[in-house]
Amino acid sequence: MIVAEQKSLEEIRRMIAPYPRVLILGCGTCMTVCNAGGESEVSFLHNSLRLAEVRSGDGIHTFTEHTVKRQCDPEFLETLSEKTIDVDVILSLGCGIGVQAIAEYLGDIPVLPGVNTSFMGMTKESGVWDERCAACGECRLEDTGGICPITRCTKGILNGPCAGTKNGKCEANKDVDCAWILIYKRLERLQQLDKMRRYYSPRNFRAIPRPRRILSKVEIATGESDG
Amino acid sequence: MANSLFEEKLNSGEFIVTTEVGPPKSVDVSEVVHHIKLLKDKVDAINITDHQSSVMRFPSIGGCLLVKELGGEPILQMTCRDRNRLALQAELLLAYSRDIKNVLCLTGDSVDVGDHKEAKPVFDLDSVQLIKMIRTLESGTDMGGNELGAAPKFCIGATVHPEADFIEPQLIKFDKKVNAGAQFLQTQGIFELASLRRFMQYASQFNIKILAGLIVLSSAGMARYMNNNVPGIIISQAIIDEMASVEKGKGLQKGIEIATRMIKTIKEENLCHGVHIMAVGNESIVPDILEAAELVSTPG
Repeated sequence: MIVAEQKSLEEIRRMIAPYPRVLILGCGTCMTVCNAGGESEVSFLHNSLRLAEVRSGDGIHTFTEHTVKRQCDPEFLETLSEKTIDVDVILSLGCGIGVQAIAEYLGDIPVLPGVNTSFMGMTKESGVWDERCAACGECRLEDTGGICPITRCTKGILNGPCAGTKNGKCEANKDVDCAWILIYKRLERLQQLDKMRRYYSPRNFRAIPRPRRILSKVEIATGESDG
Repeated sequence: MANSLFEEKLNSGEFIVTTEVGPPKSVDVSEVVHHIKLLKDKVDAINITDHQSSVMRFPSIGGCLLVKELGGEPILQMTCRDRNRLALQAELLLAYSRDIKNVLCLTGDSVDVGDHKEAKPVFDLDSVQLIKMIRTLESGTDMGGNELGAAPKFCIGATVHPEADFIEPQLIKFDKKVNAGAQFLQTQGIFELASLRRFMQYASQFNIKILAGLIVLSSAGMARYMNNNVPGIIISQAIIDEMASVEKGKGLQKGIEIATRMIKTIKEENLCHGVHIMAVGNESIVPDILEAAELVSTPG
């Protein structure tokens, strides 16, 4: 899933300052799971903004709230039009994709990002999320014991550890495991160390050229099976 | 035929001595020039560091040009941290055209340990891929598969960490560097010769020249600081205790003594093919070490 962190109340208040009527728009998928912009965070932010307005004594804002199942999918945006009739701005608590999807869908209303989209990751434990995938477009997890060096090594290097690793940790952050030590240990356990001994050539940064687009191959596959 | 004076020396079978000079964060290069003049006739080659510890400074290639101008033999340290494959290849073309033909290929320290922590870390290539890339340039093509008008030829070095606390993955990488075409290895700073002996038992099966990296400590405090803050440095407690045993102000002298002692043992026991002395800011004392270790050599 996509993991994000909500922006500070101060930054959000600065962004919405010119717009009196604000719709706070949550996202019911990734942002709900990572506690950054689901229904309850929308409600909490709504109350915080109101309270801040009252305290500052110069409030001009009115707030409404709404949460869709997925901001990144037009299928779930059909209900939006009626929610935005009397609105000057949308404060999206969707990830960066959600913000842009809403902006593309509506066109005439400014859309502001209420979260900083951070990475693609997994829930490590309650309240802790760890990055696991860099979406490089050339998955090599087969060769690295299921541990991604591009994501988990601070340098993203492909042919083994640098000399900076100490006590199994990374030179950039002593609290973070060295990805290549993890890979070595895992491959050793799997009796696949030969995979680490191979030479890996430089990455192809055009594996999928930016901006990336994927076309469904379903029809082609069906065609093949029919033919 | 040897490609550079340093390569000739590597092939000669004689004991090899290299040292390093770190360029300044300044446009005033007078101190570096002073150090190069002091060292150029006493060692076989001078490494010029490449934004060491990810701290922005006068560039390695600039320092190498100074070494050439002053009649010395430079080793261009090249990290993958700051340049993508276009920039790395271009700089190698420049280096060769100016008769800088020794290159030490490094991954490069993390941006996080340096003084521009918000910079974009590049690492388009890693050290093994950099060695391969140079060998590709030598074959007359760039990494894009395009023909070069004229191809360079380098003497390629790399590094290894014999004192790493988990050596097996480092040895796998060492193998890859040798297979990619490294001709010489300058090790990370070594403080216990036992680890060098163990490493050489492994490394002697390969046709590669190994220079033991020796860091000249100037105080117990510096040793502790390096242990905690400099990537790839593991200084044993015995050495820290020895540094701490002397009175204040005598630390550098002790550091020189330790380095000299290690060089003598390496040479007497024929442990490896040479030494690489890293004086980290105290370059002017390197001649004293060479003299004390009875190692005053001339290039070529």
